[in-house]
Amino acid sequence: MAELLVWPVLIAYGEATVAYAGELRGMQRGGRLGIWGVRIGWIAQTLLLVDQALTADGFPWGTWAGALNLLSWLVVSAYLIWGCRPRYRLLGLAVMPVALALLFLAWLGGGTGIGDADQAGAVLGVHVALVLAGFAAFTVAAAMAGLYLWEDRRLKRRDANVLRLRVPSLDALDRLASRVVLVGLGLLTAGIAVGLARLGSDDVDLTVAVTVLIWGVYAAALLLRLQGLVQGRRLAWLYVLGFGLVGVVLPLTHFAS
Amino acid sequence: MKLALVGISHHSAAVELRERVAVDLDGASGLARSLAEGCETVVLSTCNRTELYLASSTDLDLDARAEHGLLELAGPDSEQLAPVIYRLADESAALHLFRVAAGLDSMVPGEGEILGQVRDAFEAGATGPLLDRLFRMALHAGRRARVETSIGESPASVPSAAAALAQQVFEDLAGRRVVLVGAGRMSELTARNLRSRGAEVTAVANRTRAHGEELAARLGGRAVSLDDVAQELASADVVVASTSAPGFVLRSDELGATLRARRGRPVLFVDLAVPRDVDPSLATFDGCFVYDVDDLEAVVATSLAGRRSEAVRAERIVASEADRFREWQLSLAVVPAITSLRARAEEIRTAELARVDARLQRLPEGERHVVEAVTAQIVNKLLHLPTVRMKEAAVTPDGVVYADVVRHLFGLGEDDET
Repeated sequence: MAELLVWPVLIAYGEATVAYAGELRGMQRGGRLGIWGVRIGWIAQTLLLVDQALTADGFPWGTWAGALNLLSWLVVSAYLIWGCRPRYRLLGLAVMPVALALLFLAWLGGGTGIGDADQAGAVLGVHVALVLAGFAAFTVAAAMAGLYLWEDRRLKRRDANVLRLRVPSLDALDRLASRVVLVGLGLLTAGIAVGLARLGSDDVDLTVAVTVLIWGVYAAALLLRLQGLVQGRRLAWLYVLGFGLVGVVLPLTHFAS
Repeated sequence: MKLALVGISHHSAAVELRERVAVDLDGASGLARSLAEGCETVVLSTCNRTELYLASSTDLDLDARAEHGLLELAGPDSEQLAPVIYRLADESAALHLFRVAAGLDSMVPGEGEILGQVRDAFEAGATGPLLDRLFRMALHAGRRARVETSIGESPASVPSAAAALAQQVFEDLAGRRVVLVGAGRMSELTARNLRSRGAEVTAVANRTRAHGEELAARLGGRAVSLDDVAQELASADVVVASTSAPGFVLRSDELGATLRARRGRPVLFVDLAVPRDVDPSLATFDGCFVYDVDDLEAVVATSLAGRRSEAVRAERIVASEADRFREWQLSLAVVPAITSLRARAEEIRTAELARVDARLQRLPEGERHVVEAVTAQIVNKLLHLPTVRMKEAAVTPDGVVYADVVRHLFGLGEDDET
């Protein structure tokens, strides 16, 4: 059952990605088709996760592939909070390819089926879920920051089409991205705290160090914004940099250790 | 029922002619009431058109009455109006009103004011069943066109484009600070547009201090000298420049330090002057967006093209609403037959009950009510399908035949004839 559900999810997320790209190119119903693809895919993925949870004996997303599956679901869930509003639909163009890629990697690694569940207990489950929810928030914040940079560039270039595409204002993107980062930071902090509770001093490795570095980057970004020292484009770049650490450096260090 | 429309509009009449028949809301209400004897009347008068809508179920010459009313408004030499007057009837008149309400007949497609003007005219008119239904459906069509398409969303003028750009940067303009550099007409129009969206004008800098003070008094800000602009810029969100100076008034070498101190906090420069007032290299600073008059006109042109493409979708909505009105209007033709049929059935039911009234009186009161209710229900159930079928048939060419057949079969109206 679980293995079969992954296909409609991949197809729906793929369709959403293509539809959002179509909207960017002026396709009238692109945004609407995109959001329906996301909704259908999200429902199918939710069923997939429920099936995994009911069938597995233990925490089913403890492996790296399983974690990617859960992360992609969290990313899409966070996107859906805003993505249903017409002005925020284009955010899907940044979010859905990431979610699709995460799920595809999860499928390749066997994280979408019923594999060996992790027996490490509830603490690990809570730790992984909190950290992944934090990373999902950072992913969506990075997508908002990306949209900010793109919109900023269009406004700078005095694009005559600048008002034709329905995109959130720079101010709205800046505010929302920071709020999402704040939520993500809270979740990551809780996840780290839970993780530290079960770590011994010998368990501190490169992955833990990079996770703390990610926490530091986002905390610094929020602090600088709060003090008015970094705003607008530079802040957006900081959020994208943080996502770079989450999306590129963390997996590398994870496999290295 | 007949519907007639007589009017003049920007399509055929220049403003010199349109202004002669333009009336305010009180005038429109007065005219509607003066023409309303034996008919329903609504007078719609806007900058672009004056139109008289008349409806009646009698043989009144509605066209002549409406034309007379329109020519009376024009006063002496009203014959100049005759060649530019248009006349529409029934379905064409209804479709025209629906297009007007949706902004599809306006100079700028989808302009926002017309829907409110149609509503005001409707409320001020002397309406009856037909015009009431027509105007309600027209308002609904206008709202649908705006909600389901983006015909009314994009800006249609340079000042509104500047305000829309400010909203694209700042979202809500409430509390945003606007600095005016130069006290020209365009800069005032732009400032008013920004103010209507919640922004506040904090300073007006002008070479001639008196003009600056005058404009500042009108817009609610304070007058400052051109040398103080850098200082004002520190807290400004939007700067509107429109001086007649021969060179740049806002230069990057003078404003650089102020802009760097903003640390990327966005500021929008709207340069309405020719020659330009704002050094375009200001756009290289983080968070600075510089739009000159050519950029704004390009935004307006693109947005108007967008409105025109949305207008095609809006036309489809309007056409479907006009079809619904046509169906309703055609169904009116069978209403007298349906009413007579139901009246005849009710008459038979009450007569039959009266015939056995003496026996019914022997029943307990509760059971008498049951008999009353059951007989009424039987009549309703029997007549439900014929009623629905007649209404359905009304929108087809056979509609009148159906009504005639029903009259013939049930002998409706024969008592009146004998």
